[in-house]
Amino acid sequence: MLPNNSLVTAHFVSSIEEQSPSQSGVILHRSMQFMLALIIILSALMLVPDYAWSSDSAVATEAVAEELTDNKPAPVMGPRDYRQIGSMSSRSFVWVIAQLHLFLAAFVLAVPLFVTVIEWIGVKTGDQRYDDMAHEFMKVSMTAYSLTALFGGTLAFSLFLLYPTFMGYMMEVFGNQVMVYALLFFLESGVLYVYYYSWYALRYGNKKYVHLTLGVLLNGVGTTLLFVANAWATFMMAPSGVDDAGVVTGGIWDIMRGPLWNPVNLHRFVANIAFGGAIVGAYAGYKMLSARTMEQRAHYDWMGYTSNFIAVLAFLPLPFAGYWLMAEIYAYSQQMGITAMGGILAWLFIVQAVLIGTILLAANYYLWNGMSRCEGSGRYTWLIKFIAVTLVVSFLIWVTPHTLILSAQEIATLGGSHHPLLGPFGIMPAKNIAVNLMLIGTFLSFQLYRRSDKVITVPWANFGNALMVAIYLVAIANVIFLGVYYGYFTNTVYKVGSSVAQVISTLIVIVSGVVIDTMMFKGAKTLPVKWGQISNRGVYALFALPIAFTWLMALMGYVRSSVRTHWHVYTVMKDNSVDNFIPNIGHAGNMMTVATISFLALVLFIFWVASLGDTKQAKPVSVPAQNPAQ
Amino acid sequence: MTTNTNSQSQSLQDEDLLKQGKIPVIFKVLSFAVLMVFVFTGIANLLPQVEGQAPKDIKVDLGALTMETYIAMGETLFSGKGTCTLCHNNLGRAPDILALNMEETAVERLSVEDYKGDAKNSEQYFLESMVDPSKYVVPGYGKAGEPSPMPTIDKAPIGLTQIEMGAIIAFLQAKDGGEPTVDLPTDAPAVEETVATTEPPKPAANAEEVLLKNGCTACHAVLDSPSTIGPNLKDIGARSSREEIRESIINPAAVIAEGFPPIMPANFADKMMVKELEMVVDFLVASEDSTQTDAPKETEMKGE
Repeated sequence: MLPNNSLVTAHFVSSIEEQSPSQSGVILHRSMQFMLALIIILSALMLVPDYAWSSDSAVATEAVAEELTDNKPAPVMGPRDYRQIGSMSSRSFVWVIAQLHLFLAAFVLAVPLFVTVIEWIGVKTGDQRYDDMAHEFMKVSMTAYSLTALFGGTLAFSLFLLYPTFMGYMMEVFGNQVMVYALLFFLESGVLYVYYYSWYALRYGNKKYVHLTLGVLLNGVGTTLLFVANAWATFMMAPSGVDDAGVVTGGIWDIMRGPLWNPVNLHRFVANIAFGGAIVGAYAGYKMLSARTMEQRAHYDWMGYTSNFIAVLAFLPLPFAGYWLMAEIYAYSQQMGITAMGGILAWLFIVQAVLIGTILLAANYYLWNGMSRCEGSGRYTWLIKFIAVTLVVSFLIWVTPHTLILSAQEIATLGGSHHPLLGPFGIMPAKNIAVNLMLIGTFLSFQLYRRSDKVITVPWANFGNALMVAIYLVAIANVIFLGVYYGYFTNTVYKVGSSVAQVISTLIVIVSGVVIDTMMFKGAKTLPVKWGQISNRGVYALFALPIAFTWLMALMGYVRSSVRTHWHVYTVMKDNSVDNFIPNIGHAGNMMTVATISFLALVLFIFWVASLGDTKQAKPVSVPAQNPAQ
Repeated sequence: MTTNTNSQSQSLQDEDLLKQGKIPVIFKVLSFAVLMVFVFTGIANLLPQVEGQAPKDIKVDLGALTMETYIAMGETLFSGKGTCTLCHNNLGRAPDILALNMEETAVERLSVEDYKGDAKNSEQYFLESMVDPSKYVVPGYGKAGEPSPMPTIDKAPIGLTQIEMGAIIAFLQAKDGGEPTVDLPTDAPAVEETVATTEPPKPAANAEEVLLKNGCTACHAVLDSPSTIGPNLKDIGARSSREEIRESIINPAAVIAEGFPPIMPANFADKMMVKELEMVVDFLVASEDSTQTDAPKETEMKGE
């Protein structure tokens, strides 16, 4: 976010100054003033003491301050504190509604992020197609925005209806901060509508920069909204600003900045981009398969490729964000960390492996199919079978479970608690090798795709290629050696340390690949790319990605929420409802499927509504009116 | 992939690419999506299905407590409410207490130079390691200079009581053949159960058991009881909603049934487990015996 915005601002300043110093100065000045004022307002809203919100007089301030000194502990929940709608499980109801709200919110917060970047690329390159594509992405997001608000409202009503005491406590803790959220929502709506509907009114010249500024503003407000809402979830996981009994002891800032707030902020921010990219990729895929002309097909092929690129690019750093989050969870409570990774929830990570494996396989499959757009790809297609075998074998190792729950008879049949051949594949060193090889394989597919439409002309091309091959071979050998030697033949302590070296090997491949290619592509001859020339079968990878992403988001949300075990607010407020247990993974999977299929239905509705705007009824052929007198 | 590989040198035919087929695109996409989702769901359902139940408080009759039951209680707590086995197992996260002779281990640790705690014997050491685990961190576990990763056992989220910690100490001392030095507790903050048990109380198996356990049949015509002290419950499902039934159990004074004395106890919400309450409500909602001609009016159930 920050680098992109900085670039936008920098470009904004330099371009305007080049074009029209006096006019641009006024626009810049006003825009900056506006931005500055907004930042000050937002900061003030976030930092001002909680009790100051409801006071518009000295008397009110004193009364509230007095009330603060008399804060109550978190209530002990009993059957009276829970309600039901008919015989429906309250948890299941809230689960589905909350998940749908989160899916939609992730999408509508993510789309403007990359839309603004694409719009800026359009300005920088002068290629009108980027601007059109950015606008079309926003069109899809607009319908989703209304649905997000509807589900958000339904979720709030559901929580207040079904968990009134719990929500009462949350309101007591967060106080007027929730009104900041409401205010931001108003602001987000206003800026969003202006941004979208002014697209063609502010399209060229300096006005385009005003429009880009609106995009930056929109993302600033949207990201703040996300962070504010994250504070509620992270407070429930790792409360801060309250004492052991739940009595509020700090200001709103102390409550918000718990140990897990920033890790969750980063993880959700990055994941949202990957998710949003995948959804608009599915939109492009759907439009492409429905296209009636090659022009339409080519346009949506390009749009799908760009979306897939965004999704995968954002997806690659997610494991690192996830690692930080889990490290902070362990630092906050080892018990909570073990519950997630090594306790009752550990089995979910096998499902996670299936989902991430699906995402990587689909991303690779799309790239391989996409190589048919360019005749130059024939030089590299022989490598695909090796990448495919590596991916499949690695995937199978990754999903091999370690500890199986077995009956005595099953243990006797198996000859021990672990399978004699498959057992060694179940432990972390094997999985670390598998994951790193999958990432290296995916990057190789991406690199081959990028090289497909180029003929490298630099005089040191052979040396560059040899260097690249050497880096791949050394990295792969290093990943396998580190995993096997330190994973199976030395102390456990080295096992953990070696995984860091494995990741570094993978990162070296990625970074050096980008650097070497960038240098080698200088002056390269470009071969024509025939957009639309990808098999329909390949386009289905664009649907596999968002489906796996959606289910994965639901799964990870379930893990994040379940680590609280039988607490509404961990260590502070016990969950004494009928649902105060962690459901088994089968039930959880069914719930995720209900949420995912409901979301897919909503997405189809969004796509349909977005397409409806382009549909024009043919003018009826006029029939000459008959003269009644005749 | 083979098809793609072979077609690198020649472009796919435009007409082929634009062919829509007989099945509309939306159905193809939807079918693909649903199929994928069901594959994920199937995998989730194939894995071992384990529920993570919330721990239940153990209520003890101290008068009937023996050292054997106290040790057994400690063993239950060790793997249950205490969540000790989450880390203290053979995976190397924390010392494997079940594999170690803890009496000998405690003596050994008290004698090392690095030990800075206040304990003088194994009983004190075990207690200290539970209530103030950072006093001594076993080498190889935790990070140097940082607090122990072990949670404080008498605080949330585990929150063991003094009696419960005593039981665990007794278990640790006895598990390798040693003699527990810990005293049997003689007073407790609240002794609510009359039956000594080393097992956490389990919810009743069904609604009938709940009704009998709580003495509902003494006043109400329900199950085989013909009692008329309180309103007839055999057809209550036909006369009252789920919410009304639940309300009348939790808060019987809210509405008193016409013609009946206000004698129903108000503490069922505290006596029943949440699951038990829901079982009873489900059972009563389904009670719609049409043969009951002397059924009270709808409001009569309220409060009784």
